[in-house]
Amino acid sequence: MKHGLTGLLAGLLAGAALTALPALAQESVKIGWAISKTGPNAGGATISLIPNYEMWVKEINAAGGLKLGDKRLPITVVEYDDRSSSEEAVRAVERLINQDKVDFLLAPWGTGVNLAVGPVFAKAGYPQLATTAVNERAVELGKRWPNSFWFLGQGSAGAGALVEVLTNLRKDGKIGNTVAMVSVADGFGIDLSSAGRPLIEKAGFKLVYDKSYPVGTQDMAPIVTEVQRANPDVFVAFSYPPDTLGLTEQSRLLGFNPKVFYTGVGTAFPLYKQRFGANAQGVMGIGGWDASRPELQDYFKRHVAFANREPDRWASPITYAALQMLQQAIERVGRVDRAAVVKELQTGSFETIVGTMKMKDNIPTNLWWVGQWQDGEFYGIAPTTNQGARAPLFPKPAWVAQ
Amino acid sequence: MILIDALLSGVTLGGMYALIAMGLTLQYGVARIMNLSYGEFLIAAAFLAFWFFTGLGVNPPAGLLLVVPLAFLVNWAIYRALLTWLVARAKTRAALEVDSILATFGLLFVIQGIALVAFGGAYYSYSYLAVPVSVLGSTIAANRLVALAAAAVIGGGLYLVMTRTRLGTALRAVAVDPVAAQLVAIDIRAAAAFAFALGGGLVAAGGVLVSMFLTFSATMGVLFTMKALIVVIMGGVGNLMGCLVAGLLLGLAETLVSRFVDPGLTLAATFTLFLGILLWRPAGLFGKAAR
Repeated sequence: MKHGLTGLLAGLLAGAALTALPALAQESVKIGWAISKTGPNAGGATISLIPNYEMWVKEINAAGGLKLGDKRLPITVVEYDDRSSSEEAVRAVERLINQDKVDFLLAPWGTGVNLAVGPVFAKAGYPQLATTAVNERAVELGKRWPNSFWFLGQGSAGAGALVEVLTNLRKDGKIGNTVAMVSVADGFGIDLSSAGRPLIEKAGFKLVYDKSYPVGTQDMAPIVTEVQRANPDVFVAFSYPPDTLGLTEQSRLLGFNPKVFYTGVGTAFPLYKQRFGANAQGVMGIGGWDASRPELQDYFKRHVAFANREPDRWASPITYAALQMLQQAIERVGRVDRAAVVKELQTGSFETIVGTMKMKDNIPTNLWWVGQWQDGEFYGIAPTTNQGARAPLFPKPAWVAQ
Repeated sequence: MILIDALLSGVTLGGMYALIAMGLTLQYGVARIMNLSYGEFLIAAAFLAFWFFTGLGVNPPAGLLLVVPLAFLVNWAIYRALLTWLVARAKTRAALEVDSILATFGLLFVIQGIALVAFGGAYYSYSYLAVPVSVLGSTIAANRLVALAAAAVIGGGLYLVMTRTRLGTALRAVAVDPVAAQLVAIDIRAAAAFAFALGGGLVAAGGVLVSMFLTFSATMGVLFTMKALIVVIMGGVGNLMGCLVAGLLLGLAETLVSRFVDPGLTLAATFTLFLGILLWRPAGLFGKAAR
């Protein structure tokens, strides 16, 4: 009995010592994220975020950890599934902050969920590196919540870059001025089409078809048939991944082959290339990267080795670059000081896989907005001022039987 | 010409809706199990078809011969091992409905979890029979035509089985009145298990066929459950012909509105039609009103 009591006391003491330890000296850096592992957002999150988050942690820990001052601390991870629900994401982030007491948070997937958790991140002062959110109010939000960074920028910049490509092609006498536009009636499609409509018209193009369709539309035949009857030079779809594949498939079947064929989210996925093979050639879409960069080629190899599949060519490299920025900012500050890290992210300059990253109004200054499949790679072609911008392949070749 | 185009594409879409709903009408109408994990079975079959096609080189129609019997057995086992308990303890039909909703809601997560572990959350898509076919001067994808033909054959064939055979009559008797069915020596346990398993086989067939032209992911099941539920309620619970007609009506309405009005209004059109039919016939097109 006495023995038992001493054992119990010793145990209690040891327990007390263990809980007191982190306050004395930090043993690890705790990083948490709430992400859509199930629900409608899981498809996107699995492709663009989760492998990058996990690979980044693994690589840092393999190198000995994050360098804080003169020592290296390993990263430990706390992860929750937000089940693609904004409410669930808010609860999980609050729990990560208050209960798990994580040192840093990584952002959830998607524009809507990032907007929903924004106030929670801001209130607690955690840097929010939203790498999968396109948002017209990004500049305004960056001012309201200085801790929030919107790595995919504003929809109007995306639409603007597309209009730049089209205007250049028209200037060379390659295309006329008829454009058909379809968009998904949800966050991304609404944002991009309402930003794009005035820009397209202001540049002197004529919208011969301009309609939206509900999320989850399973048959694109009626839309593509109508667009084909309007016979436009340019086809623009601000679509989600399943619709992007559906629209491309239907266009191929009906032999609808405009001179410029542009689709939205999903065009930059490796799945697109797998699915359409040679028919991907010449298709434009949102995103892109400068595949000639050796850093990106190296990243590509590591990603394939880690996740057993290729990264997408839009949000994936940006996500990894954002994580590199976070790592460099934390190491420059040298301690877990979130306010100082936010300041460093806002003002510093960072070497990443996509090049030198600098933020302006909490948005990166060098984003790719229009990419094009050229010989099996999705190259960035606009904004044309970006380093490594390729000339567009024109006209889009005819569909081949597959 | 334009009309033929739209009608044809509406009929193929409608055929797909009918195809994915026929299994649910048997499970809900005859076996009295409101199966919330229905869409998950569809996705599981789609993944199997994907794996057969890309991994083993077995094409989807051949895959049907493997996937459908497998799904039949799995569903029969699930009914026997899991759902018989609920049937035995349920005092009323309403109690069984609530219990089966809860149990299959749990099953949904189990199946989805397995699919997530095996395939991850990413989108999947492959290309089979994606060739244009000219029908009455309008172009349509061969794989969608195959799905339409399968819906017609399965729907029509099962309708004949249900109306012309002893087994079908027994199943319909169980659907109409499980208590009275016992009085004429129908083993309602066996009939219900058979209907549930048959429904499972049908949804697997639907999953294999739609995987030829739809992009799918492990977490998309609920979309199909919802669509199937609308078709089943609209057509009349337990009625295969109702399923076929309701599916075709929905497909046609969606396509015609998308083509001649605005693609943005397809959802509104679907639900207007749904509401209208329920107001006119509360038990669905072919349903018998409850007394």
